[in-house]
Amino acid sequence: MSVLVSQATRVVVQGITGREGAFHAARCKEYGTTVVGGVTPGKGGTTHEGFPVWNTVTEAVEAEAADCALIFVPPFAAADAIMESATAGVPLVVCITEGIPVADMVRVKHYLAEKPTRLVGPNCPGVITPGEAKVGIMPGHIHTPGPVGVVSRSGTLTYEVVGQLTGRGIGQSSCVGIGGDPVNGTSFVDVLSLFADDPATEAIMLIGEIGGTAEEDAAAFIQSRVKKPVVAFVCGQTAPPGRRMGHAGAIIAGGKGTAAEKMAALAKAGATLVRSPADMGATVAKVLGK
Amino acid sequence: MKVHEYQAKALLREFGVPVPNGEVASSPADAKVVAARIGGKVVVKAQVHAGGRGKAGGIKPADGATEAEAAARQILGMRLRTPQTPPEGLEVRSVLVEEASAIERELYLSITLDRARSAHVVMASQAGGMDIEEVAARTPEKILREWAHPALGLADFQARRLAFGLGLAGDQFKQGVGLLKSLFAFYLAKDCSLAEINPLVVTGDGRVLALDAKLTFDDNALSRHPELVALRDVREEDPLDVEASKYGLNYIKLDGTVGCMVNGAGLAMATMDIIKLAGGEPANFLDVGGGASPEQIENAFRILSSDPSVKAVFINVFGGILRVDRLAEGVIAAVTKLGLKLPIVLRAEGTNVELGKRMLAESGLALVMADDMGDGARKVVALAKGAK
Repeated sequence: MSVLVSQATRVVVQGITGREGAFHAARCKEYGTTVVGGVTPGKGGTTHEGFPVWNTVTEAVEAEAADCALIFVPPFAAADAIMESATAGVPLVVCITEGIPVADMVRVKHYLAEKPTRLVGPNCPGVITPGEAKVGIMPGHIHTPGPVGVVSRSGTLTYEVVGQLTGRGIGQSSCVGIGGDPVNGTSFVDVLSLFADDPATEAIMLIGEIGGTAEEDAAAFIQSRVKKPVVAFVCGQTAPPGRRMGHAGAIIAGGKGTAAEKMAALAKAGATLVRSPADMGATVAKVLGK
Repeated sequence: MKVHEYQAKALLREFGVPVPNGEVASSPADAKVVAARIGGKVVVKAQVHAGGRGKAGGIKPADGATEAEAAARQILGMRLRTPQTPPEGLEVRSVLVEEASAIERELYLSITLDRARSAHVVMASQAGGMDIEEVAARTPEKILREWAHPALGLADFQARRLAFGLGLAGDQFKQGVGLLKSLFAFYLAKDCSLAEINPLVVTGDGRVLALDAKLTFDDNALSRHPELVALRDVREEDPLDVEASKYGLNYIKLDGTVGCMVNGAGLAMATMDIIKLAGGEPANFLDVGGGASPEQIENAFRILSSDPSVKAVFINVFGGILRVDRLAEGVIAAVTKLGLKLPIVLRAEGTNVELGKRMLAESGLALVMADDMGDGARKVVALAKGAK
């Protein structure tokens, strides 16, 4: 078992004829993911680097029963691409695109509210269930199957913790990047809820960052609902207020959203806090008794 | 992206948001001409990308054109230091000369994103002219909020509720509702991340006016607003930040001595944190992106090393797809080309890591290799301290 993606997942890549889309579609397939093909409006009926291409997501769903969309389309078209997949009935949409205007995401979020589709991202590395399926841009080879669920707002920092875990012989059940934007589809709480119910997940590693209140919400959920051990790290302890630290959502605004506040909330909720990012793997090992 | 007050007011005027009559001037002589055209009492306001200008001496009243000229002479060229500027202040290059308004009431109005609700929120308060964060902390009940529908926007009844809540009545109520609707339309049309009117005033002659205007635009939406990009004043920004943004690098200058070069925003923040834990201070945040091409590495090095307080550099790169041999190539080229003498600590994980490490070892550069983040942070902090 695992969360969100598995061997059964059938992925359609939106924006497959673009450089990033084509590159990562091939990497996902190499990993063992079932990539049924891609969508690029106007290029339907062709094949691109071995993948069939359709004009619309609906055609991909009808032809190949795609049940997961992986989005690489440019920022101004990405919101539309998400809505297209949702309307085509795709249950899981993973949006890698960075730089989508916030106002577009406000509309998308509302559009999705009435639909069963789950959006992961945008501005995220995607989702991987090691040994089964990789739906995203993360390096597959650093992962290994095992008991730790990883959820994070950051990309490379997730690779860092996965590297530390794998280096200690500790595998991951699934790793979910929820993305660094202020408005996103899936929250920490959503993923914590999935991990809490997933029999394959024995411990959870949560990586937060400055800005917003997602970590505080996660803390409240951990306190009331999560019985499994949670290890947490919040980056940006040294970030200056009022500056956007790379991610659109990583900003301390009006004195709110500091790493200190978030760490305090998570500690109070019973999570084991990691002060140094070098100690994430070791701390998970400790809570697992390894 | 931020704009000056005079630019903000010109934009708002186009959308029907009432603002005082005024014009920008970049010399005392121009200020005199503008003041003469407006006639009577005016206010001369320093144009910099920071608040708190009044207390710092950047806003002066003037009675007539001659006084306006004198006020402009005092303000222009000064380095304005406010809690919102860098410590060395910002140079005033232009002033806004505006009709003086007889203020009867000062109110507060703003629109921004409420992240927790994923919706735009309009906030209004009768406690105008004050620091709204203080009002929010001390007397949160004094702030009214209306969340706009994500697709339908701000409904008329919501604008009315806010206007009533601001204590507006009669003709001023009508003006207030109109202003609210215009401001919201502007906020959406221009992809604002913040539109703040503090204060919104009721004048002695019964007008409702945006006396000040602070606008911030969503950087992610700028490419669909060339008219806004044209208003960018890079002189208000840190020169190194501007240089970095040209090359798609995310750079923020800080006060420490350890330069950082990292791929990915989260890992870059975590690298700053671990430097602090190791007893050092980061000199910057720098995210070179996922690819980290040799060109990007070179530009990143150039920007990093032009900060004289940097005593040592920590390169921390984790990518599976990123090729460490390419990274090594970029580092060797940049260090050689720029003639860098700074000690460099490198921690890299990724494809071809052995080849990359061998290239660096054979290059003859004074590079220190680190086994992991913690090891790298300890080494670079020691080097930065030794170099002092």
